[in-house]
Order: sequence, then structure tokens, then C-alpha cells
Amino acid sequence: MGSDVMGSDALLNPGLPVRVFAWIMLAFLMAPVLIIIPVSFSSAQYLSFPPPGFSLQWYERFLGNKDWLAAIWVSIQVATLSAVLTVIIATLAAIPLVRSDFSRKTLIYGLLLAPMIVPVIITAIALYFIFARIGMGGTVIAIAIGHTIVVMPIAVVVLSATLQGVDSRLENAAMSLGASRFQAFRRVTLPLIAPGIISAGLFAFLTSFDELVIPLFLGGPNAQTLAVRIWNSVMLEIEPTIAAVSTFLIALTVLIMVAANLLKKARRWA
Amino acid sequence: MALDVDGQATVRVSEAAAERPPVRKALPGGQLWLLLPALAFLAIFFAYPLFDVVLRSFRDGQGGFTVQNYEAFFSRAIYIRVLLLTIEIAFLTTVFSLIVGYPLAYVLANSGPTVRSFMMLCVMLPFMTSILVRTYGWMVILRPNGVINTVFAGLGLGEIQLIYNRSGLMIGMVYTMLPYMVLTLYSVMRGIDGRFVAVAQSLGAGRWSAFWRIYFPLSMPGVAGGSLLVFILAAGFYITPRLMGGDRDQMLASIIAYQVDVLLNFNFASAIAVILLVITLACFGLYARVVGLKQLLSSKV
Repeated sequence: MGSDVMGSDALLNPGLPVRVFAWIMLAFLMAPVLIIIPVSFSSAQYLSFPPPGFSLQWYERFLGNKDWLAAIWVSIQVATLSAVLTVIIATLAAIPLVRSDFSRKTLIYGLLLAPMIVPVIITAIALYFIFARIGMGGTVIAIAIGHTIVVMPIAVVVLSATLQGVDSRLENAAMSLGASRFQAFRRVTLPLIAPGIISAGLFAFLTSFDELVIPLFLGGPNAQTLAVRIWNSVMLEIEPTIAAVSTFLIALTVLIMVAANLLKKARRWA
Repeated sequence: MALDVDGQATVRVSEAAAERPPVRKALPGGQLWLLLPALAFLAIFFAYPLFDVVLRSFRDGQGGFTVQNYEAFFSRAIYIRVLLLTIEIAFLTTVFSLIVGYPLAYVLANSGPTVRSFMMLCVMLPFMTSILVRTYGWMVILRPNGVINTVFAGLGLGEIQLIYNRSGLMIGMVYTMLPYMVLTLYSVMRGIDGRFVAVAQSLGAGRWSAFWRIYFPLSMPGVAGGSLLVFILAAGFYITPRLMGGDRDQMLASIIAYQVDVLLNFNFASAIAVILLVITLACFGLYARVVGLKQLLSSKV
């Protein structure tokens, strides 16, 4: 990228006060994430910090409760469905966006990215009205469709960038050796962009797993996601069970970030 | 790419979107049908529902055309107050995010690779973690018997109300929006050639003068882009104001949700949604004009 040398130019080195400020702000960013983890292992009967002792009681309450487990299961279904849907639609769309030249490409790109700038609350109520009318409200599929709308723009951007990194001459070479366009894509390009596709899928999964506003409107008694359940519970009282649930979500986030980074490294070595 | 810890991808995406090497020979338009699933999906589940909201906002209880929903909004002081409050909070959130985010992004962009990777991790991990989880973390820290008040009590100081009011709302909003600001600024700052500043200094400019007259203007696309992005996101935000703000700090998004959820007043809710949408689109128009679309792409991922 070349800017590495310039970026760490000694002349741009931030002074000590600026650096101290930056570290304090990083602590501000990490604080609420880090504080939850010790609280979730607290032996106290109520929320207190620092915790008086170690205990797994809040995890027992979380994982021993049928409602919480049911909510996790709903979230897994929703997130898997929307990740698969997002990745398929976005990969297909990325191919002509990167490989073909056509007029109004900017317009098409803009259309595909439009859901990004509309506040989620508006997307949520708009879909709520539509799904209610056709009797699809309160289902896993409705929530998954909503999440696909929310995540697809970012997936299109990421997958376009990934595809951009693959030299189309490789595909042309395969075709000149007798492969059909589809074969060339499947055997040459697809393996090369596979890490990007998996990354995008993981990201879509995580976003859907965490997103609240869509399932708040499109969910229902039979489709209550983990996020909605946390929301309902936090609105009532701040009990430490939520800390255990939160630690579970933080672990999931770390896991997905690590996986995405490994994929990136794998792509570099390939 | 959003999962990248070192932030390289942010830059790469903006470059990819910016310029297409001429090497990529255009294939004939035979692949255009691959866009159909995406466009059809968006048409059915995004464009049509939004259109329906716009129509609904002009409908009365019997289904006839009316502007009474908008009249009801603009003729009542409480709704005007919420509208102005939404703009005010979004504006303040933008200003604070910029003041805090600029030095942070600067340090991030101008540190060695090891420090930068670690710092980027400290930005990305909270960014990728559920907003609900982070907000809950703040509730644990700020609430009346929370971490801060426990420390204050230990020091013999009185309890302070930090949450369920304006201060709680602002802490939550700035906290949530800060990563967007930092990542946008960072992607621009990484591209700034330090030699410009070096030249200015070698010609006799002081450190501050070189910063304000050379570096800061070069970082303006990031400042403008980050600010408009944060304003747009903050104006439509729902979760944090509900959980960390007081009853009098509720913004347009909360009112929309309340009208749909509790009052079942769908047509009026639609009118408020259209008003919020117009504000958002106006800001976005400004954004596209000032910064260009590619900046939006690079900052969101």
C-alpha cells in the first residue's frame, strides 16, 4: 500500500498528551465491554462491582432457562438464513458490478446501497406493515428478510472489493483453455474469493445475531430473538443474568473476528 | 472486511470503489441478469414497503387522502420539541464524536504497526459487539449503585445521576458513534502524505502551524464525511436513547416506535417516519455532494 512508511513518519508522531488522550479514549471504548465479564461471574445475589466472589450462578440461570435457549435457537435460525441469503444475493450482484461495463452502473450501485442510509427503525416499520398485511409477521423468515435488507449493502461493498482483487485474466485464461464462463468462475474465481465470501457471511451472521430493531417489530411470541429477549429483560431490571448473556455475545464476537482474521491471513498466503 | 483488526481493508475498499484498473476488460453485458436477485429483493422488501409508508402518511382513518397527519405533527408543540431535540442531540453527538475522535484517529493513523494493530482491536471489538451489550455495560457503570457511584461513595462524595437523563443519553450516543467517526477519519488520515507537513516545517512553520495549515485541511474529507455519517446515524437512533436517556430525551425514532407499538396509529407513525427520512436524505444529499459516495462505503465497512 506504500503509505506505511509515510503513515509512521516521525514528523507526524503525535505528542505525549495526544497519545495519553487517545489511550484514555480507547479505555472509554473498551470499558463497558470489559466490565461485563467480571460481573457475569459474580457470586453476589444482585448487581455489584467489584464482585465479592466467583460463581457460575448467572450462567446456570442463563443456560438452564428454556426461554433463553429458545431465544438463542431463534437467533441462530434467523442469522443463518439471512447470512446465506445475503451472501448468495450479494455475490451474484458483485460479479456484474465488477466485471461488466454498463451504463448507469453508479445508479445501480446507489440503489443496492440505499438501505444503508435509511434509519433501521423506518425499514422495520415499513416491513412490519407489509408483513402484517400478508400474515407473515412474527416469523423467523420475516426477521431474516429484514436483516438481509440491512446487511446486504455492506456485503455488496465487501464482495465487490474482494472480486476486484482477483485478476479477471485468470478467468479469461481458463476460458481460452476451453472452460465455459460458468466453469471458469466456479473453478478459478470462486475458490479465490471464497475467504471473502465466508468473511462476509460471518459478518452478516454476527450483525443479524446482534440486531434488535428489526426483530422488535417483525418478531413475535413465536419468534423472539436473543436481542429482543435481552431488550425486554433490560427494560424491566438490570439483573446479572444479562451479564452472562452479554459475555456469551462478546465471546461470539471475538470468535468471529478471529475467524475472519485467519481467513484474511489464509488469503494472503494463497 | 469490517472484521479486520488492522483497518487495512477500510482503505482498500475505498480505493477499489474509487478506481477500476483498465486491465479488467469489460465483458459483454451477458452477466447483467446476476443483478436481478438483488434488485428484485430490494424492490419487494425495501422500495415497495417504503413507498407504502409514504402513501400511508397521506391517508386518513377511512383510507382517503389527507395531510392531517403532517398537520398534527407540525401543529403540536410536543412534536416540534421532539423534532428539534432530535436535531440538537444528533448535532451535539457529532461535535463531541469529532472532538474526541480526531486525536484518537490521528494517533491510530500515525503509530507503528504493532501499536496500531492493538489500538485498532480496541476500536473494532466494541464496534462489532452488540449495541445492547455495550449499553448494558454502561448501565452497570453509570446507574445509581453502579461502578462510578460506588467509587464516589468510597471517596465520601454524594451520588450523581448519570443515567436516564441527558448526560446518560449523550455518553451513550457519543460512545456508540465514536467508532464510525474514528474509522472514517482514519481511512482519510492514512492517505495523508507526511512529507507535506515535513516540507512546511522545513520552511519554518511551527508544529501547530504546520498541523492547522497543512494536515488539518488535508483531513477535511474525513471530518466532513465522519460528521455527516454520525449525524445521519444519530438522528435515526433508537436503542441508546430508550435505554440511557430520560423520558424527556426521547427522539423521533422512539416516537415512531411508540405510535406503532402502543397507539397503533400507523398513519401518523408513517408521517413521522417520512419526516425523519427527509431529514436523513437531506443530510445524505449534502454528504454525497461534499464528500462523494465512496467515502460512505469506506467508513461503513
